[in-house]
Amino acid sequence: MTKENTITVALAGQPNVGKSTLFNLLTGLNQHVGNWPGKTVERKEGTFTYNGHAYRLVDLPGTYSLTANSAEEVIARDFIIKERPDVVVVVVDAAILERSLYLVAELLPLPAPVIVVLNMMDVAQQEGFCIEPEVLEAALGVKVMPMVATKNIGVRGLVKAIDTVARDGYVYTPKRPEIRADHKEVLEKIEGLIAGCVPEPYPQGWVALKLLEGDREITRMMQECLPDERWEAVHDVLRAHDDALMAVASGRYEWIGRMIRAAVIRPKAGQIGLTERLDRWAAHPFWGLVILAGILGLTFWLTYAIGAPLQELLDIYVVGGLAKLARAGLAGAPAWLSDLIVDGAIGGVGAVLTFLPILVIFFAVMGILEDVGYMARAAYVMDGFMHLMGLHGKSFLPLFLGFGCNVPAVLGTRVIESRRARLLTIMLAPLIPCTARMAVVTFLAPAFFGSAATFVSWGMILLALVVLALSGMLINKTVFRGRRAAFIMELPLYHLPNGRTIGLLVWQRTLAFLKKAGTLILVVSVVVWALSVLPGGEIETSFLAQIGRLLEPVGRLMGFDWRLMVALLTSFIAKENSIASLGVLFSAGEEAGLAETLAATFPAPTALAFLVVQMLFVPCVATVAVVRQETGSWRWTFFNVGFLLLVSWAAGAGAFWLAHLVGL
Amino acid sequence: MRNEPETHQVAPSSKSENEMVALSTLYPGERGMVAELLGGRGVLGRMAALGFTPGAEVRMLQNFGHGPLIVLLRDTRVALGRGEASKVRVMRA
Repeated sequence: MTKENTITVALAGQPNVGKSTLFNLLTGLNQHVGNWPGKTVERKEGTFTYNGHAYRLVDLPGTYSLTANSAEEVIARDFIIKERPDVVVVVVDAAILERSLYLVAELLPLPAPVIVVLNMMDVAQQEGFCIEPEVLEAALGVKVMPMVATKNIGVRGLVKAIDTVARDGYVYTPKRPEIRADHKEVLEKIEGLIAGCVPEPYPQGWVALKLLEGDREITRMMQECLPDERWEAVHDVLRAHDDALMAVASGRYEWIGRMIRAAVIRPKAGQIGLTERLDRWAAHPFWGLVILAGILGLTFWLTYAIGAPLQELLDIYVVGGLAKLARAGLAGAPAWLSDLIVDGAIGGVGAVLTFLPILVIFFAVMGILEDVGYMARAAYVMDGFMHLMGLHGKSFLPLFLGFGCNVPAVLGTRVIESRRARLLTIMLAPLIPCTARMAVVTFLAPAFFGSAATFVSWGMILLALVVLALSGMLINKTVFRGRRAAFIMELPLYHLPNGRTIGLLVWQRTLAFLKKAGTLILVVSVVVWALSVLPGGEIETSFLAQIGRLLEPVGRLMGFDWRLMVALLTSFIAKENSIASLGVLFSAGEEAGLAETLAATFPAPTALAFLVVQMLFVPCVATVAVVRQETGSWRWTFFNVGFLLLVSWAAGAGAFWLAHLVGL
Repeated sequence: MRNEPETHQVAPSSKSENEMVALSTLYPGERGMVAELLGGRGVLGRMAALGFTPGAEVRMLQNFGHGPLIVLLRDTRVALGRGEASKVRVMRA
C-alpha cells in the first residue's frame, strides 16, 4: 500500500450492535448516503484521515450472516469478495458475544483481513459478563479492540489498529473456523469436484461451504460454471446431505463456544435485568398496546403542538417574505414571469418548506424510539393485528412513519425482508393519513360541520385505517394468495438514546425527503401553475378548468362540480394544495372567507364525500415517485394509483349515499 | 394451554422430562434444548444465523398461548411468530 492511495475499510456487523454509531463517530458529516447499485438498499460511505492517510469507510448493510437469504447479505459479501477492501472492521456486541461472533465466523474464511470491535463493553459489564479482549484476540488470531462507541471510548485505538493492518508488513493469520467433523469428508468431496472451475475472485473452499449450506446464489453460479456431468455429481452429494445447513451453522456455533470459553466469564443464570422487567409491560399483549397507543398519542400531540406554530411562522415570514422579495425584484420583468416564479416556483417550494418542522419533530421522536430499542416492541405487539393483512409486525414501523409523511413510510419499508410483504406494505402506505392530508381535513371539517368537526376528523382517520386494513386483506388474498412471511426478530436490549446517532438519522431522513420531494414538487407545481393560467390567463378558462369540466360527470355522482375536481387534481402536487386551489377557484382570495363560501355552496353529503375522497385519493407526486423507485416497477406503481383511485371513489360515493339516507 | 399462573422462574414440568415438543408449547420460564428445525431453507437459514441450531439452549420468556412469543437464546431476546415457533422441536429440560 503506497502512501498516496486511499485505504478502503468495510464496516460490517449484525443489526443493533452500534455499527452506525461507530460509522458516525469515524466520519462525522463527511458521509454520503446513496443506494447500492441496482438495489434499494441504503449505502453509506464516508471518509476520515489518520496519520496522513486518507481512509474510505464503506458501511455494509447490517446482517446476521453472509448466506444469500436477503439482498443485504449478498451485497455485504460481494463487496468483500469482489472489491477486496484493505480492512474489514466487524462490530460485535460484547453483551451478546456468542451470537454476534457468528458473523465473524462467516467473515474469517474470506480473504480480507478482519479487525473485531468488541462494542458495548459497558453494557456487557452491567449484565455481569467479564470479558478479556487479549484472550479472545489470541484465540481468534485477529486484532480485537474493546470499545464503548456511545461514549467515544476505544475509537482512537481502532483507528490505529486499522492503520497497522492496512500496512504492507502486516501478517494476517486468523484461526479460521472448521466444519463439524461429521461433515468434513463431504466438504472435501465437493471441493474436489469443483476444483479449477470456481470463477475468480471467489475462494474455492468458501464456495464449497456455501454449496453445502444450500446458498441459492452460489448454487446457481456453480451450476453455470461446472460441466454438466460434474454438476450432476455435486448435486448428488448435496442431495444426500440436505441437512448440511444445520451442521454448518451449528459447527460455527461450536467453534464460537471454543473461542469464548477462555475469554468470557458468564453471569449466573436467573438474573433479571432491566430489559426483562420493562418488557413485562412493553411487550405484554394488552398493556403493550396501551403503552403504544399512549406513545403514539404523545408523538402526535408533540408534533402538532410544536410543529404547527412553527409551520405558520415559516409560511408567513419565510415563504411570504420570499414571495414579496421576488415580486419586488421582478418589478421590471413581464407579469407572467413574476407569476411563474412567485405562484409556481415559490408556491411549490413553500409547500415543502413549511412542511419541514412537522417532519423533523416526527423523525426525531421516531429516531429516539428506534435508538432506545422500543420500536422492536411496537412491532411485536402489533404483530397480531398485522397478521389480518398477511403482514407481520415489522410492517408496522414504516406504516407508522406514514402519519408524518408517506414518502419516508415507503422508504422505510426497506426493513422488511420478504419482497411480498414489502410490496404489500408499500401499496398500503399511501392510505395512512399524513400530516398534509390532516391539514386539509382540519381546515375543511369545521367549515362544513361546525361543532361536529372534531368528530368528523377522527372519523376520517378511522375510515382511512379501516380502508387500509380491508385493502390489505383484499390485496393479500387476491394478488398474493394469502402467503405469509416468517416473523423472526431480535428484541435488542433497551439503552439510553445517543444524541449524535439520532441527530444524524433525522438529518439524513430530512435530506432524503427534501431531495426527493423538493425537486419533484417544484417541477410539478410549475407545470400545474402553467395549466392553470394558460391559455387566457384566467383560471376559469384555463386548461386545468377544462380538464376539471371534462371529469365533472365522474364527480357528479357525489355532487362535485368542476372546481372540486380541480382541487383534487392539484392535490397531486401536495395534499394541502386543495385548499389553495379552492381559494382561487371560489375567488375568496382570503382563506377566511373560503370556509363560509364552501359551506354555503355544497350540501353536507357532498362535503362529506369530498373529505372522504381527499383522504383516500391518489397520493402526492413525491409518494408516487418513491413507490416507483422502491418497487422498481411501473406496473406496481400504476396498480397502486389505480387501486387508490377506485377505492377513494367508491368510498366517496358510499359516504355520499349514506349521508343522504340518514338525511344529513 | 393449562391455566397456570404466569411465571418467569424456572418451572420444569414434572412428568415430561426429556420429551421432544414444539417450542411453542413451552411455558414462560421453562427451558429447552433445540433438537431439530423443520421448514424451508430460507427461513431455516435465518433462524440458524440467529442461533437456532441443534444443541442451543432456549428459555421461554413470554408465551400467552396465542400470538407471537419471546424466547431467550444465546443471550438474545428473539421474538417469533407462533407458526415459526411450532417448527422448532425442543427437548424439554
